[in-house]
Amino acid sequence: MSSAAGLGGGPPAGSPAAAARPGRRFAGVPYFLLLPGLLWLGVFFVVPMLFLLSQSLQTGTLETGYRLTFHFATYTDALSQFSRQFLRSFEYAFLATLLALLIGYPLAYAIALKAGRWKPVLLVMVVAPFFTSFLLRTLAWQTILNSDGLVMRFFRGTHLISLTSALGWTNGNQLLSSPLAVVTGLTYNFLPFMVLPLFASLDRLDPRLLEAAGDLYATPLTAFRRVTLPMSMPGVVAGTLLTFIPAAGDFINSQLLGNPKTAMIGQVIEGYFLRINDYPTAAALSFALMVTILVLVSVYVRRSGTEELV
Amino acid sequence: MTTTVGQRPAGAKPATIPARRRRSAWTVLRENVVWVVAALALVYLLLPNLVVVLFSFNKPNGRFNYTWQRFSLDAWLHPCAAPGMCESLSLSLKIGVVATVVATLLGTMIAFALARYRFHGRAGSNLLIFLPMATPEVVMGSSLLTLFVSMGIPLGRVTILIAHIMFCLSYVVVTVKARIAGLDPRLEQAAADLYANEWQTFRRITLPLVAPGIAAGALLAFSLSFDDYIVTNFNASNASITFPMYVWGAAARGTPVQINVIGTAMFVLAVLAVALGQLAGRRRSRAH
Repeated sequence: MSSAAGLGGGPPAGSPAAAARPGRRFAGVPYFLLLPGLLWLGVFFVVPMLFLLSQSLQTGTLETGYRLTFHFATYTDALSQFSRQFLRSFEYAFLATLLALLIGYPLAYAIALKAGRWKPVLLVMVVAPFFTSFLLRTLAWQTILNSDGLVMRFFRGTHLISLTSALGWTNGNQLLSSPLAVVTGLTYNFLPFMVLPLFASLDRLDPRLLEAAGDLYATPLTAFRRVTLPMSMPGVVAGTLLTFIPAAGDFINSQLLGNPKTAMIGQVIEGYFLRINDYPTAAALSFALMVTILVLVSVYVRRSGTEELV
Repeated sequence: MTTTVGQRPAGAKPATIPARRRRSAWTVLRENVVWVVAALALVYLLLPNLVVVLFSFNKPNGRFNYTWQRFSLDAWLHPCAAPGMCESLSLSLKIGVVATVVATLLGTMIAFALARYRFHGRAGSNLLIFLPMATPEVVMGSSLLTLFVSMGIPLGRVTILIAHIMFCLSYVVVTVKARIAGLDPRLEQAAADLYANEWQTFRRITLPLVAPGIAAGALLAFSLSFDDYIVTNFNASNASITFPMYVWGAAARGTPVQINVIGTAMFVLAVLAVALGQLAGRRRSRAH
């Protein structure tokens, strides 16, 4: 073990660079560097997950205390009671991720390959929303979509509102408090998380590859399909994950822009922990959400063939 | 292009000029469709920021600042007039600074270990770093709550701080690690050739080169901490209201214009900081 620990990382072991690595002689150095941070993650990330699992299998009340009784029925009860909110969370997160990809890809493409010297300015514009609290920005959507706003007037003037209501995306004669508003908010909130990884992978693309494709009589569309898109797949995978995971657990957008019929599972978990104080039910839902997301993510990452995300 | 345009309408219609113009307008649109979508995406991204800025100058009639009434500088002149808001802001700033310092220190150490050493448990360490980023905030917040409640630890500033350091850590590691991986190893070799010892090489060569990555990681940590609502909400008490918690409460009780003032001020400060940073970077690269 000590011999393996002594090898310099980065360049292949035995290369001249490895010999120049600082700390090479002390096998304990990496462990000393890792220990405080990993201990923090162990105690405040891994251990709480075990407490969450344990909590979900306990019975009792917050006042009288809980006892671990391995009461698995909590899971079946909670999941059957809130199956609609559970599925809705993944449905909305999927829609938001798809929309963010469709909107974010052209934006990332334009910044990486067409912006020239405007690239830094446009990048700042993509991250600029982060400089204002996301709650304030989500509240701003209440202003943008409210019944006196320009967007609402446009929807009424073009009768789009009847169409969206017929499709069940809105209810009645308003845009707010609807599935459409919630998905708009989710897509908006996580769009920069989609654009930045896409930009990073498109920015690395060598423009000469596209010229070569053109020289070989590929149409621009073929060149995009056969060169640009495959080369940007790591960005697509990273961006979709960074959008989907937080969107599935989010309850800010459905709370501020939706109605009780758009409730997502995060709202239920929050309410059961902090207002109803039914810890086992809340913990079961929370743990089930975590496991579902981990399973979905690992299947997705394996199928897309890019395992070098870490 | 003129030849292709000239060929098609020949003989079909005498009015070739409008046809050509219409066709070229269509071509222009088709060639720039990426720009059109990108511009719309930027409008979508920045519209809410614009609304936040605009409504910091509003004088609403009721308790809610959702519809434009008339221009006023009241909120800018009396930013702390909204009861409790400035206290929550100062708590968020304090927690943000402490969480940033601790997370940046621990995260940078991990980043060096992962980027520079090969050791047993490396894959496991990478997984442990990755997992918090792949976990929804509601799960992290609620699991920490069960830990604190089971152990009888009172919720408040300390528990918020613990949580913030936890979820900021991974982002610092990823940011700093990317910077270390991008370093030119020859610079450190050159220092060693010039008889610098390991500590001198680290302090005079490696650290200054990695510094922009550490700064970026710290900025990211601060903005994550300062803006967090979901995790914080699970681990706070009524006596520890952060700024996002204040805004959330305001969304139900009535939104004072002052929250928009804070949002606008933070936005302007951050844009200025980024602009100055880019100018300084450009000047430095020109000097070299």
